[in-house]
Amino acid sequence: MTLTLLALAAIGLLALVFGSLLGFAAIRFKVEGDPLVEQIDAVLPQTQCGQCGYPGCKPYAEAIANGDDINKCPPGGEATIKELAALMGVDAKPLDSAHGIESVKKVAFIREDECIGCTKCIQACPVDAILGAAKQMHTIIIDECTGCDLCVDPCPVDCIDMIPVEVDSSHWEWKFNKVPAGNIPVRQVS
Amino acid sequence: MFANYDEIIERLSVNQLWDFPGGVHPPQQKSLSNQSNIEFLQLEPTYYVPVKQHIGVEGKLLVAQGDRILKGQLLTASEAPFSVPVHAPTSGIVAKITQHVSAHPSGIPELSVIIDADGQDTWTELKPVPDYAKTSKSELVERICDAGISGMGGAGFPTHIKTNNSKPLEFLIINGIECEPYISSDDRLMREHAWQIRQGIDILVHILQPKQVIIAVEDNKPEALETMSIACQQKNNYQVVNVPTKYPAGGEKQLVQVLTSREVPSDGLPIDVGCIMYNVATCYAIADAIVEGKPLIERVVTLTGKGFKSPKNVWARVGTPIQSLLLHGDYDASTQSSPRFIMGGPMMGFTVTSVLTPIVKISNCILVPADDELPHPEDERACIRCSACSDVCPASLLPQQLFWYSKSKELEKAEEYNLFDCIECGACAYVCPSEIPLVHYYRQAKADIRNQREEKEKSDKAKIRFEARTARLQKEKEAREEKYRLAAEARKASMDKDGGAAKDKIAAALARAKAKKEAFAKEAENAQNAEQTNNKENASELTASSALPKTKLMSADEDATKGAQSQTTKNDSFPKNSGDEDAAAAKKKRVAVAVAKAKAKKLAADKAKKENKEL
Amino acid sequence: MTMLSLSSSPHHHNRRDTGQVMRIVCYATIPGIVANVWFFGFGILIQIALAMITALVTEGVIMELRKKKTERVLKDYSAVLAALLLAISIPPLAPWWVIVIGTFFAIAIVKQLYGGLGYNMFNPAMAAYVMLLISFPMQMTSWLPPLSIAEQSHTLWDAIHTVFTGFTSTGFSVEQLKVGVDGTTMATPLDEVKTALLQGYTVTEATTDIIFDGAYGKGWLWVSIAYLLGGLFLIKNKIISWHIPGSILASAAVLSLSLFLIDGDQYASPLFHIFNGSLIIGAFFIATDPVSASTTIKGRLIFGAAIGFWVIIIRNWGGYPDAIAFAVLIMNMAVPLIDYYTQPRTYGHKNKASKDS
Repeated sequence: MTLTLLALAAIGLLALVFGSLLGFAAIRFKVEGDPLVEQIDAVLPQTQCGQCGYPGCKPYAEAIANGDDINKCPPGGEATIKELAALMGVDAKPLDSAHGIESVKKVAFIREDECIGCTKCIQACPVDAILGAAKQMHTIIIDECTGCDLCVDPCPVDCIDMIPVEVDSSHWEWKFNKVPAGNIPVRQVS
Repeated sequence: MFANYDEIIERLSVNQLWDFPGGVHPPQQKSLSNQSNIEFLQLEPTYYVPVKQHIGVEGKLLVAQGDRILKGQLLTASEAPFSVPVHAPTSGIVAKITQHVSAHPSGIPELSVIIDADGQDTWTELKPVPDYAKTSKSELVERICDAGISGMGGAGFPTHIKTNNSKPLEFLIINGIECEPYISSDDRLMREHAWQIRQGIDILVHILQPKQVIIAVEDNKPEALETMSIACQQKNNYQVVNVPTKYPAGGEKQLVQVLTSREVPSDGLPIDVGCIMYNVATCYAIADAIVEGKPLIERVVTLTGKGFKSPKNVWARVGTPIQSLLLHGDYDASTQSSPRFIMGGPMMGFTVTSVLTPIVKISNCILVPADDELPHPEDERACIRCSACSDVCPASLLPQQLFWYSKSKELEKAEEYNLFDCIECGACAYVCPSEIPLVHYYRQAKADIRNQREEKEKSDKAKIRFEARTARLQKEKEAREEKYRLAAEARKASMDKDGGAAKDKIAAALARAKAKKEAFAKEAENAQNAEQTNNKENASELTASSALPKTKLMSADEDATKGAQSQTTKNDSFPKNSGDEDAAAAKKKRVAVAVAKAKAKKLAADKAKKENKEL
Repeated sequence: MTMLSLSSSPHHHNRRDTGQVMRIVCYATIPGIVANVWFFGFGILIQIALAMITALVTEGVIMELRKKKTERVLKDYSAVLAALLLAISIPPLAPWWVIVIGTFFAIAIVKQLYGGLGYNMFNPAMAAYVMLLISFPMQMTSWLPPLSIAEQSHTLWDAIHTVFTGFTSTGFSVEQLKVGVDGTTMATPLDEVKTALLQGYTVTEATTDIIFDGAYGKGWLWVSIAYLLGGLFLIKNKIISWHIPGSILASAAVLSLSLFLIDGDQYASPLFHIFNGSLIIGAFFIATDPVSASTTIKGRLIFGAAIGFWVIIIRNWGGYPDAIAFAVLIMNMAVPLIDYYTQPRTYGHKNKASKDS
């Protein structure tokens, strides 16, 4: 009988010791990190296009932190989904096609002959990438354009095109089968 | 850890060198092409001169289509520090300035000046420096820039930037190693023009004032060693050094380690360890530029490989398309099942995408291998972790780790394992028993990382702009609300002052507005019925008019609008444009047409989308 | 516009591929196998043949199921090599189903289930050996005495017969074949010494048994020397590097020497440990399996040293007489950790590779 009591006491004591050790470590070695929403927002591509269904990237980041799916961002594409999966500890799912498809990077272009200077597109652009004023010519600042597509619809004369950005040799991704003139690309095991 | 100056000098004097880790010994095959003198080529009918042939930005174009130009004339001017001009390789007319296939593995077209030669080959006016020893350093550096000289060993770094050095310099290293198999252009250049190379070195010494000059030549080039030794024998501080043959001893970082035991810091340049390195061909070009005033328009190119019936070295002008070199070396198509031309050596060269690819300043070789000489790679097998790759890596990396992370796209880990320290020499893939194209994976990973960094930068900027915009809109909203609040208070105050009179005024105004609205709506209805009976086919007009009363007034029907518009625009529809509607009437009409068209298009598109959805 | 063939640099290759490397390792075991046949009979050849056939069939079937290029995979000879190494590690007259089950386990489970060549964490031959040892202890410890002192000799036909039926063509069982001329059932030298020590004899007294020729087991010494020659051949041809075998032998020698000097009666001499049992095979052929061994130079030295250490410890204080398999498997588990902490310093960096300045 005493043996049992002794055993219980020993276990209890050990539990107490280790528990307090863990508690102490949790406080003493606590890692200060970014709040989760900030971390998620840092991963998202900041196009502010709204294709995910939320009015911007920060609201979507908040939604993800509250448990929403991570596969709603077409501009971010697969790379972003993978990063979010790693961050949130969930499985990476393929991009939800209801929100759009991943395509090449595009920038907007205003056909200046047709522009009427109505400023509707300027108001629509989430990153102020359109230069212009009422009854003055509007033009896209290419370096700031994120390709979000939000300016195309408001334009009353439909003069905005989305043009794919061409890859130059310093941005080439070494994918031989996309080279114009070659055949027999490098054989790789995928 | 690293040797100091005196120790290095002592060891070099007895030709006792250090070694770099790893390295491989591929069969050299230099005797294919180094047996005969460098030949000259016939003039081409067309030259394709890319505007950017170096690391940096392109220069500003000075010529336009149709211009007559002379040999050696400036085609672009250097306007930024990292900009190197290009020159015309011969006299003729600028046929086009357009996108032409680039001398890059991607073959992506780049801006090039296409020149139709006139066959005369007339030089432009040359301005040599009469006595460089009496000329200022900055002027000589400027002359080097104007001559369009960039590193001819393969990197293409602007030479004038390298030469414009202000840090303490101990060793000026002249790289005559040429470690890649098959290539013998530097070998023949040293054998035949050692004196001019020596002149170039003298000019560099005058500009840079190093303590010691080391001319490094691999031991598989005994004749070149001899000629360079003879050329440099008068100078005490020029030391010709015999370096044991091992690939890639000619790499800048590796050669610095072999000669001085010092390691170039990962994020630094050789000058950080007191060394500056130039290729022998660059020295030759510098001598040309300063002593004769000739810009860099041609270089020695090795034509080699069993695919050539007569392999040799040639003086090729910048802009020569490869197809003429193939003709000159007598390309034998029967040696290859499908044509494959490599610009560069077998270890670091790239396959060209077109026979019109031009020779540029850094092209040192055209290698055309027969199928049995350099067999096509088989499919890769699984990595067996044999570590043959890390045994030969000259940068002491762990290629197998880089491979696993590159393949699984764990790019952060790949960077942690120093992916960017890889010099892409190819020694690892050369020895891999599973025939894995290791360097290809690293290049892809590096490109992905660079693109990702750029996108991150862009998205950070976009985020800042978005937040600024949100803040601005918020401020505007608050200002507006403040304004309304003040206005409302003022109104209330004035109303209380007047008493009942203000209230009556408001009621009267409201009644007036209501009456007008009713009259409006009736008029609109009448006009609509009239149109409906008249123009049944013009569906777009109908839909446009049925949208809003305002829009109806802007419809395509000219008769309806002419009268009504001038009336109504003055009063209700466009309160903003009440100022100058007379002058802008025509414009408004144009606008109206376009808007209606766009609206119709949108409605049709929406309709179509709806129909598709329902289907 | 003709289409030009494109590929990525380097376009040159040294033409030594995996298949060649594995085959050369197979060839290097030939001297050892010949010595084994000379001293212990033909059994080992049967085991090798059975193992190779099983391995090729198993891998072929699995490759078909996985829809990979069967011929190219089989041509890398890695299955053949694993089978060979397992076959030379088990008693020569073990029943046919022992080697078949073992090889199947090695190829299908230890190698393919983990992902195929290059992805397995454990050495397939050794993992299979341990599985067999634990599952069939009787069959796995029925080692034969050297033919010179065996009471009953057997021919090639006998060997084949025994492997498949358990009896020689003349009706002797494996148990009876194990009997030596002095009438007692023989065991391996290591086993002999271990049993003797447990019974209280000293090492010197144990080695007076007829299976010993001085300090070494008859036949076992020559077999080890033959494998050593094969191993040196591999090092010379740069198939394997000297780091792993060197550190295994050095560490085993140092530890056993220290123990021997402390108490020569209880602990056998270093040479005894090295030339009896399969330490040589383990050092040159088994621990050097590139897939499951450490990849960095310093890592290999640590890996080898630890294996040598474990072998001596288990031999002296563990439950089994020979310990190579266990030692190798223990260190296989530690390889990722060793690799992480032994990265070389990259050119141009001051600190270790992954921790940058």
